[in-house]
Amino acid sequence: MSKIHVTTTVNGDEVEFLTDPRETLLDCLRDHLDLTGSKEGCGTGDCGACSVTVDGTLVSSCLMLGVEAEGKKIETIEGMAGKDGELHPLQRKFIEHAALQCGFCTPGFLVASKALLEKNPDPTETEVRYWLAGNLCRCTGYDKIVRAVMDAAAEMRGAA
Amino acid sequence: MRYHSPTSFDEAVGIAAKAQGVTRFLAGGTDVLVQMRAGAVLPDDLIDVKKIPGVRDITRTPDGGWKIGVAVSGAELGAHEELCRDWPGVVEGMELVGSTQVQGRATLTGNLCNGSPAADSVPGLVAAGATVTVTGANGTREVAVQDIPSRPGKTSLAQGEVISAINLPPRGENAGDAYLRFIPRTEMDIAVVGCAVSLRVDGHKIVEARVALGAVAPTVLLVSDAADALIGSTLDDAALEALATAARAACKPIDDKRGTVEFRVDVAGVLARRAARIAYDRAKGVSK
Ligand SMILES: Cc1cc2nc3c(=O)[nH]c(=O)nc-3n(C[C@H](O)[C@H](O)[C@H](O)COP(=O)(O)OP(=O)(O)OC[C@H]3O[C@@H](n4cnc5c(N)ncnc54)[C@H](O)[C@@H]3O)c2cc1C
Ligand code: FES
Ligand code: FES
Repeated sequence: MSKIHVTTTVNGDEVEFLTDPRETLLDCLRDHLDLTGSKEGCGTGDCGACSVTVDGTLVSSCLMLGVEAEGKKIETIEGMAGKDGELHPLQRKFIEHAALQCGFCTPGFLVASKALLEKNPDPTETEVRYWLAGNLCRCTGYDKIVRAVMDAAAEMRGAA
Repeated sequence: MRYHSPTSFDEAVGIAAKAQGVTRFLAGGTDVLVQMRAGAVLPDDLIDVKKIPGVRDITRTPDGGWKIGVAVSGAELGAHEELCRDWPGVVEGMELVGSTQVQGRATLTGNLCNGSPAADSVPGLVAAGATVTVTGANGTREVAVQDIPSRPGKTSLAQGEVISAINLPPRGENAGDAYLRFIPRTEMDIAVVGCAVSLRVDGHKIVEARVALGAVAPTVLLVSDAADALIGSTLDDAALEALATAARAACKPIDDKRGTVEFRVDVAGVLARRAARIAYDRAKGVSK
């Protein structure tokens, strides 16, 4: 099986990798680029643990091929904190609200929540819950996650 | 698996026509990748249509209709204000597909060509009278949306044919459409029944109607008896009852874990009534 050479931008850095065309973007991030923050919960689009943005659009990286990343701009959980390690407000609020237990779903929730707040800085609770309907968590019961997102949104708007 | 990314539909057709083994087109990949993962479909040739110029465009046609590119995602469809104003029922069907993440990639064309009887965007397209442009080795032809699915998981497209656009007719005045589905939860599930209604009014009277049902037969149903129950009426109780009866009579559903035959037949009537009310209000400008 001949491999395909892909050049893409991940968290602002240009990267290259060789991929079998059957590999997903998630496989490529984890196995070729050592970016293991994005998780595989299901591999079939149901759980959102593999969420990344591609050219600003939230997608499940398990439902996209690595070859499709050619020339795109990809953002993953690894790009969320500042270069100096300063946490994004969403990351801080997840900790403050204890919005994680095992943490497996957390990268996906954070990436998805960030995409929401970029589009809608002042979402209602219902909007948060619908936006995150494709992110599954087996531990928290979701309530703390929703509160953390609402609180981070308020802080980012300067309302808290 | 060979991955191809042609830059024209003719090139895509050339690749597909020559392909020997299992061939799939790749739009959003939200069905194709799931099937690959499950081992259900392992393509020998995968033809990505997203590098073809124009496939992400939504354009108003000279007659006032719409041409929707085959790689336009659900999210892009929902963000197009003018299209949402013209065809809210078509858009709301597509927007029910999957999660935010799935919406970022999933397309109308993929939803149609995957051939699921429960595909959420298909009844809305059928009720709207949408067509698809099919490109093959001998040029293009225009096919009604309801003639594309032939049985579950299959389409009437020949080998070497690709859909190159979805076409919606001009909406015109005093018209509205709506799509409703029944699922046991509020998000992220497969339709047990889906129903779309598109209609036009003159004053209070319905002068045109189309009714389509999903998930109650091997392929989407365009139910002319249900449309006839609406045409000429003012959506009074008798018309709604006749509509529900006609919708139920058209159902040929299966029993499965999502719903029994009896349940699906009953719900088809309920959804037809509710969707007709929404479409009627939209046509009269009462609601969006
Ligand atoms: C988590 C999850 C939830 C989902 N929820 C729903 C739901 O609620 N309702 C629903 O209806 N569906 C749902 N789906 C199914 C899927 O998302 C939709 O069917 C979607 O619209 C498929 O579009 P796509 O662009 O991703 O198709 P793809 O996977 O790219 O393609 C699907 C099929 O269409 C063919 N095809 C694609 N483009 C063309 C073309 N131009 N010409 C000819 N053939 C073509 C391909 O060969 C393939 O067979 C869900 C999927 C997932 C993973
Ligand atoms: S691993 Fe991608 S959605 Fe679950
Ligand atoms: S914290 Fe364990 S799955 Fe969400």
